[in-house]
Amino acid sequence: MNPPAFENTSQHAPRGGAGQRLRGLIRKEFLQIVRDPSSIAIAFVMPVVLLLLFGYGLSLDAEHVPLAVVVEEPDADTASFVAAFQHSRYFAPVAMANMAEAEQALQARRVNGIVHLRENFARQRRSAGGAPVQIILNGVDANTARLVQGYVTGAWETWLAHEAQGDAATPHPPVVVEERVWFNSELRSRDFLVPGLIAVIMTLIGALLTAMVMAREWERGTLEALLVTPVAIQEILLGKLIPYFILGTGGMILSVVAAVGLFEIPLRGSLLVLFTASSLFLLAALGMGLLISILAKNQFVAGQVAIIVTFLPAFILSGFIFDIASMPGPIQFITHFIPARYFVAILQTVFLAGDVPGVIVPNGAALLVMAAFFLGLNRLKSRKRLG
Amino acid sequence: MIANSPAVETPPGGGPADAALEFRQVCKSFGAGPKRTAALKNVTFQVQPGVVTGLIGPDGAGKTTLMRLATGLLAPDAGQVVVLGRDATHDALAVQAALGYMPQRFGLYEDLTVAENLNLYADLQGVGRAERRVRFDELMGMTGLAPFMRRLAGRLSGGMKQKLGLACTLVRSPQVLLLDEPTVGVDPVSRRELWAIVYRLVAQQGMSVLLSTLYLDEAERCHEVIILHEGAVLAQGAPASFSARLQGRTYVAPVPATQRRDVQARLAVAPGVVDAVIQGDNVRLVVDGDLSPAQWVRLRESAAAAFEPVPPRFEDSFIALLQSRRPPAAGGAAGGAQADIRRGPGRHNDQTAIVVRDVSRRFGEFIAVHEVSFDVKRGEVFGLLGANGAGKTTMFRMLCGLLPPSEGNLTVAGVDVRRAAAAARGRLGYMSQKFSLYGHLSVWQNLQFFSRAYGLAGKRRAARLAWALGQFELADLVDATSADLPLGYKQRLALACALMHEPDILFLDEPTSGVDPLARREFWRRINELSRDNVTVLVTTHFMEEAEYCDRLAIMANGQILALGPPEEVKDRARPAGGVRPGMEDAFIFLIEGGRQATPGS
Repeated sequence: MNPPAFENTSQHAPRGGAGQRLRGLIRKEFLQIVRDPSSIAIAFVMPVVLLLLFGYGLSLDAEHVPLAVVVEEPDADTASFVAAFQHSRYFAPVAMANMAEAEQALQARRVNGIVHLRENFARQRRSAGGAPVQIILNGVDANTARLVQGYVTGAWETWLAHEAQGDAATPHPPVVVEERVWFNSELRSRDFLVPGLIAVIMTLIGALLTAMVMAREWERGTLEALLVTPVAIQEILLGKLIPYFILGTGGMILSVVAAVGLFEIPLRGSLLVLFTASSLFLLAALGMGLLISILAKNQFVAGQVAIIVTFLPAFILSGFIFDIASMPGPIQFITHFIPARYFVAILQTVFLAGDVPGVIVPNGAALLVMAAFFLGLNRLKSRKRLG
Repeated sequence: MIANSPAVETPPGGGPADAALEFRQVCKSFGAGPKRTAALKNVTFQVQPGVVTGLIGPDGAGKTTLMRLATGLLAPDAGQVVVLGRDATHDALAVQAALGYMPQRFGLYEDLTVAENLNLYADLQGVGRAERRVRFDELMGMTGLAPFMRRLAGRLSGGMKQKLGLACTLVRSPQVLLLDEPTVGVDPVSRRELWAIVYRLVAQQGMSVLLSTLYLDEAERCHEVIILHEGAVLAQGAPASFSARLQGRTYVAPVPATQRRDVQARLAVAPGVVDAVIQGDNVRLVVDGDLSPAQWVRLRESAAAAFEPVPPRFEDSFIALLQSRRPPAAGGAAGGAQADIRRGPGRHNDQTAIVVRDVSRRFGEFIAVHEVSFDVKRGEVFGLLGANGAGKTTMFRMLCGLLPPSEGNLTVAGVDVRRAAAAARGRLGYMSQKFSLYGHLSVWQNLQFFSRAYGLAGKRRAARLAWALGQFELADLVDATSADLPLGYKQRLALACALMHEPDILFLDEPTSGVDPLARREFWRRINELSRDNVTVLVTTHFMEEAEYCDRLAIMANGQILALGPPEEVKDRARPAGGVRPGMEDAFIFLIEGGRQATPGS
């Protein structure tokens, strides 16, 4: 039996095609981002918090380090020595009566170190053997201890040189070290932390947020309905890639504006290089995020996996905070598989040194390979199928 | 992978005489190694064009797998799925372009508004801007969603979500419409509206519809039904053709309300009886074809009433079909291991178990429960019925002490819930809609955990654990992972856990939602037994025939009680002047719609 002829205008209408479908998906994605508190938190709140935290709060520089100073026999010499510490912005010296008190303060972590001048400091200083200065440092935090050690030595050398000028009896040292620090003459850690932060923020949006929103679609069953429409799988992937690419680029622009405008970090390289490298890295991060959601189809697991395989490595193993060259061999080897490593190298160079082809070209090529690898894998692994 | 033998070659063309959907010897398994289980075994059937075909079967029968195969979302291990003359596996995109599919959870974006959801699907289906306006007006008129275009989908009631889900699949009229359990967890009013829409689509546009359902009364509305059981097609045909097989084997016996449940319980386990249920004022009976006169005499004695022959309905034949496939010892309505029909002393005594006085609950501006009062006597089965969002779950949570009331008094088992919620909770058992089991734990571990959580120890604990395994026939499943159990077994396990500490009062929040008819019969048999043992039972349900099993019931709408009393009284409220007493579903719809008119602006 023929079904009765029915009016069905829409079936004969021209089909809108891929452009319309993609626009629909992208619009939907942005509406969801704006309405979902967790998306807003990851895409907008977290980057700002990180920027403020790293720009203002966290610093790897040691400044105003509390230091116990024990002078057993105060005189003019010891006074000028202690003054050298007092005038330095790196130290906050505290005079202590004896070593027992100073040691107690060190144990209680009220001071980070002790400078100890013996009773016959002035006399010995002018003798052939010179005067011993005892420095005791709290080595629990090795990083700070090493910094403080360097500063103490510096302060002491400055004092010696100063004294030598006024004291004709002491001959000038035959060799003088003239130190110059390039690219970051003030050695401000903020200047290399904030550019590196761009990599962290883009990982947050590109990998963590993308993995979670995609997993949410699996979890809530919305993807099942979406798959049974004329939409092609590459359109679904693009429908995720494009919005989060835009969002990630927004995070990058926010970071650059904050770095240059707020934290007065120089941008010596070109914006073009910065944007190109960021795009490559963002594509790699998006690729990782989508791949995670293909393997982990629930939000909780996807979030955990994304944090462990993308966010934490971008923080710890990228050279963002910890120098890769000083990591043990096997860990250094692992860093080669982390896209953030290449991006952080480019970021720090573009901001502080300029467009240095020797850094940008090999690292950029590595990012290109990784982006192509992850996105290609997505295309292969994604099907309009369940299970 | 896919065996494409020449015998299953796609027929040429796609003329209207061809099937809309065809499965040819389709097999599908999931998992790997020893855990590999077959979801569909050699399934072959045709869905006729231009009619509604029902896909009926218990939980775990393979209905959802079948739907997903038809959409091309799953590929068969063997065999062929053909939709409108196209292979659903190899030509998935073309099939999907001609298909509308609503998955069980409707596939809506909850943080998008109604209009945004519709626009998304219109974009995906390639509906142009101009025709979109006309189409949306049509769809909104059909579903009654027009006033809610700007509301977020997540804020819609269950019934409205279901209609929006349907509207989204209809933005460009598909030729074939697949609906996977569209009416589960949806109130009777919304169910009726959905069916009206489906009929209209078939009549006006000649759409072919395949709809899976657990409601057997819905099967009767289909042109043809396919019965799926354990991954295989048991039967296919017009609903009437199934009923015809039971001609002369179906009866009703008018039994007074006070004895109805006991008579039903007795008959359900009597020899020669296939099925016994309460239907309105009667007990309905399906008997074996070859019943001896002696058996008849015994049945009449135990019913203490005369049997009148009635025409069979689809449900009778479905239950008969499934019962015949069951191993005789597997319990069910026929397994009378616990069918010890003794009446507990003083069942209808006047002790009050629950007192609710002028209780209100507000969430910000929204009043979920408004000045509700009722009493429940000890040993009573009290039903709470209402459309989605009527305030049933809120009422339940307050009674369990999980949510403090904004106003009013609640006394449960003689304890004021406001002051001593913990003391009250020790005397009650609660089973939630989602069963609240630990999915990763085995059946035994769940039982152990709940027994400890209720503070059982020593001999009593051992005795209760043994009781749970025996009473709920879980002994063979102790090592099974709870999450992998079929829904009916999960429900049994959840009930066992809720009863572990022998509570005086049992709260059941939609305990049978999504559970198949056999498991539901078994469940009510247990509730009956509990009630005989003087356990007070409070239950919410969407199944109107289940309301007949309650001693008394309350119908709620918009946070208020519309009707309260024994089922007969409630039904009489909807009886037209001089007319006959309506069925529970008609009465419910009548009362709810009256209630809706009474409170405008909701």
